[in-house]
Amino acid sequence: MEDTHIPFRVDVSVQLLLFLILFPLITALFMLVVRRDTERSWIVKISALAIGVVTVVALVTLYDKGAVYFGFDAAPVNLLMFFLEMAIAVLLLWYAVKYRNYLVIGLVVVQTAFIVWFEAMYSHSSEVANPLFSDPFSLIMALIIGIIGSLICVYSLGYMRHFYQHHAEIPDRTNMFFLIIFVFISAMFGLVFSNSLIWVFFFWEVTTLCSFLLIGFTKTEEATKNAFTALWMNMLGGIAFIVALIYLAMQPAGMLGLDQILTSGKVLVLIPAALIGFAGLTKAAQMPFSSWLVGAMVAPTPVSALLHSSTMVKAGVYILVRFAPVYAFTATGYALAFVGAFTFLIASGIAISQTNAKRVLAYSTIANLGLVVACAGIGTYEAIWAAVLLIIFHAISKSLLFLSVGTVEHRIRSRDIEDMTGLITRTPRLAAMMVIGIAGMFLAPFGMLISKWAAIQAFIDAPFGFLLVIILAFGSAFTVFFWAKWMGKLLVISPDKQNVEGAVDKNEWIALVTLAGLTTVTCFIFPIISKILIEPFLLFNYGSVARLSQDNILIMMMMLFLIVILPLSILLPHRQHRHLPPYMGGAVTTPDMHFTNALGAKTEMKLSNYYLSGWFGEARLRTTGMCVCVVFIAVMFVTALASGVIL
Amino acid sequence: MISLVYALVFILLAPVVGGLLAGIDRKVTAHMQGRVGPSILQPFYDVGKLFEKDSAAVNETQRYYVISYFVFAIFTGALFFAGGDLLLVVFALTLAEVFLVLGAYSANSPYSHIGAERELLQVMAYEPILILSAVGMFLVTRSFAVSDILASPILLVIVLPGLFLAFLYALTIKLRKSPFDISTSHHAHQEIVKGVTTEFSGPNLGFIEVTHWYELVFLLGFVFLFFAANWILGIIAIILVYLLELFIDNTNARVKWQLAVKSTWAITLIAAIVNLAILAYFVVV
Repeated sequence: MEDTHIPFRVDVSVQLLLFLILFPLITALFMLVVRRDTERSWIVKISALAIGVVTVVALVTLYDKGAVYFGFDAAPVNLLMFFLEMAIAVLLLWYAVKYRNYLVIGLVVVQTAFIVWFEAMYSHSSEVANPLFSDPFSLIMALIIGIIGSLICVYSLGYMRHFYQHHAEIPDRTNMFFLIIFVFISAMFGLVFSNSLIWVFFFWEVTTLCSFLLIGFTKTEEATKNAFTALWMNMLGGIAFIVALIYLAMQPAGMLGLDQILTSGKVLVLIPAALIGFAGLTKAAQMPFSSWLVGAMVAPTPVSALLHSSTMVKAGVYILVRFAPVYAFTATGYALAFVGAFTFLIASGIAISQTNAKRVLAYSTIANLGLVVACAGIGTYEAIWAAVLLIIFHAISKSLLFLSVGTVEHRIRSRDIEDMTGLITRTPRLAAMMVIGIAGMFLAPFGMLISKWAAIQAFIDAPFGFLLVIILAFGSAFTVFFWAKWMGKLLVISPDKQNVEGAVDKNEWIALVTLAGLTTVTCFIFPIISKILIEPFLLFNYGSVARLSQDNILIMMMMLFLIVILPLSILLPHRQHRHLPPYMGGAVTTPDMHFTNALGAKTEMKLSNYYLSGWFGEARLRTTGMCVCVVFIAVMFVTALASGVIL
Repeated sequence: MISLVYALVFILLAPVVGGLLAGIDRKVTAHMQGRVGPSILQPFYDVGKLFEKDSAAVNETQRYYVISYFVFAIFTGALFFAGGDLLLVVFALTLAEVFLVLGAYSANSPYSHIGAERELLQVMAYEPILILSAVGMFLVTRSFAVSDILASPILLVIVLPGLFLAFLYALTIKLRKSPFDISTSHHAHQEIVKGVTTEFSGPNLGFIEVTHWYELVFLLGFVFLFFAANWILGIIAIILVYLLELFIDNTNARVKWQLAVKSTWAITLIAAIVNLAILAYFVVV
């Protein structure tokens, strides 16, 4: 590894990183004091803009510097983090006692014991020379957090106002909402810029706390229940993480920096890598821990968007991708890959059977994260190239989809896909946003498909890779089915329907249009993203790079161009259509599609999608998936232990 | 390496070849049923007539979907014949198919809706084997490019027999032949009328017919890939496969969609696992 201290403009760079980590906290503090709507609105907007701009500045400053490490004495910060971790533990304990959740009480006690043990025994012997760092992958993550996270904040301004209009029974805690969200964003920045695993762990715990508070935000019974589910699952991961830290701290050389781990012998760190992999699986909501992410749907929609696209679950896959070089070519890595692959297959299948739009989105998130996990487990440079692309494209399209579902929900008072029939005539602009988001998720030549393509190519050459490819081929077919039928529902033209779009809140609109723009633009510029960010990252960690061939990029661009211009074909000169009603088998049908049935009663013609619940029912598939994935997680640990013992 | 000449040849000649094949299809089918059958140029007359008809549509957007379906189906075939990336070809095919489905959805009609749903079921049934065939070919030739696969000296069907059989099985779906003509078919069926194409008429339907010709040529080209090392064998294979499909079409009643999807998956799964496992073993050794 090249040496760490690059004198050039280090000062500015470290200030940028510190700004990104600390500035959202200042905004969060402001949220404690502001009371008026307009004040809050301005503070959130300005902060969001500042975060977005600084992220871009950080990108411009640092993208060509490779991995840059920032060394300083971290001991005081470590101590502060320890006290904050204790405070978090006390807070969680208070919640757990209040709601009599004994499982969480137990987990908090265990985790706290481990943290105290670590602090008492190893904190002095395990200083990390360079606690902060930045490399192209950190920058990519920062862009996702800084831009998409900020857009979601702006969107929330409009959304939360509507939310309280619709849910008058819930006391207004908008300030609290924004406070938690900004802390969340700060923790995410901290997580991706930390080289010290002690710091990563601290930020990791903060995201767990924030997601717990956000999921339970409405304080309804269901919300509280689901928040605790999310909590205990993520705490299991947290415990695995701290155990990994203790294991690493026991090593003579002091191995608590990411840079040290990745340059040390693989076998030495396989056990902690498996533990941290397990933590990543819980946070990335892989089976058998998928239920917390589905349960998180009870929270206000921007929370779902935030958890699914730019934060939380991305923290899980982030750490897995970081550790990917350790997993590469080990049995532990293959086991991890199979957990991801089966999660992809099964979650995609379950998504077919869901009628609730947000649940479809949730399962699709779980599925796509599964694909990232599979890539991380394989751990070759081609697989990581695919994984990073997946992370980028998924973040953009998925946040767009969540936010448009949220806005539509406020119009039609439903999040059921069956109620979205003909949205293209009822809420045309919002439906267009949703269609772009869906296209981004599964159609060539949009982003997610490019990533899947890359994943197939990456899997082929791995041992047992053909099994992964088979799983991917089937899962991908499921994906086509559930997205296309949803898209079809939106595009039904029913002439009698009224436009109910009304005035969409300006803040919501800014977020939606920007994200829709990003969905398209990133497809055009992804070769550039790959060249300046992903390829240097791969070169640094693997010494080789992956990319699509020029020919293929050119063809993708042609397809994209065709997709963009084909809607104009409607303007081409053509003979005037004669308008006919749909064929109803000869029954006399009124324009609003009512007809007289065989018994003489007036019946409305209603169409509904296939959900195939006999094949893809949630209960049935989830149990299967959990069993399979538990087995592979067990294999993951057994193989890691075995290799550790043999040494 | 992409060859624009072959792409252009495909774009210009495929409708002629496809239309003639459709005519031969009707002639052979008629003979199998003890009829004389129409002239083999009949498909061209039919489509010509469709284009002369008044344009009647359920809504304005149908035209856009049909044109997009048409354009991307041609794109798929052109990319294939130009020697492009086989996976990208499969994805482009799905894209084209999705446009047809969206057009059917947009009509808000019961028959075209059920056709659209079933069309999607078909996509879900045959997409895995298309991808896995491409993967199998990659494992043998180390390339996804059709041009490289064509240049391979190995007769692919010998090393990929399982995948080839599964591909043939799925081909029946893709050619809309009985017993798998579940989303639409050449003959009217009472419960779905014309399924996915019910609400298209006149020039719109004409475009869809021509698109089918393009797809037919592309699919037979895919069959050829399995025999590419020996051109003569390849052409014989195409003829035999096409006749086999016609024979199956005429001797089988339509099955339920459940059976169609499940059996395709089962065959794909078994064939792919066995075939790719053996192949991966030899590649490693």
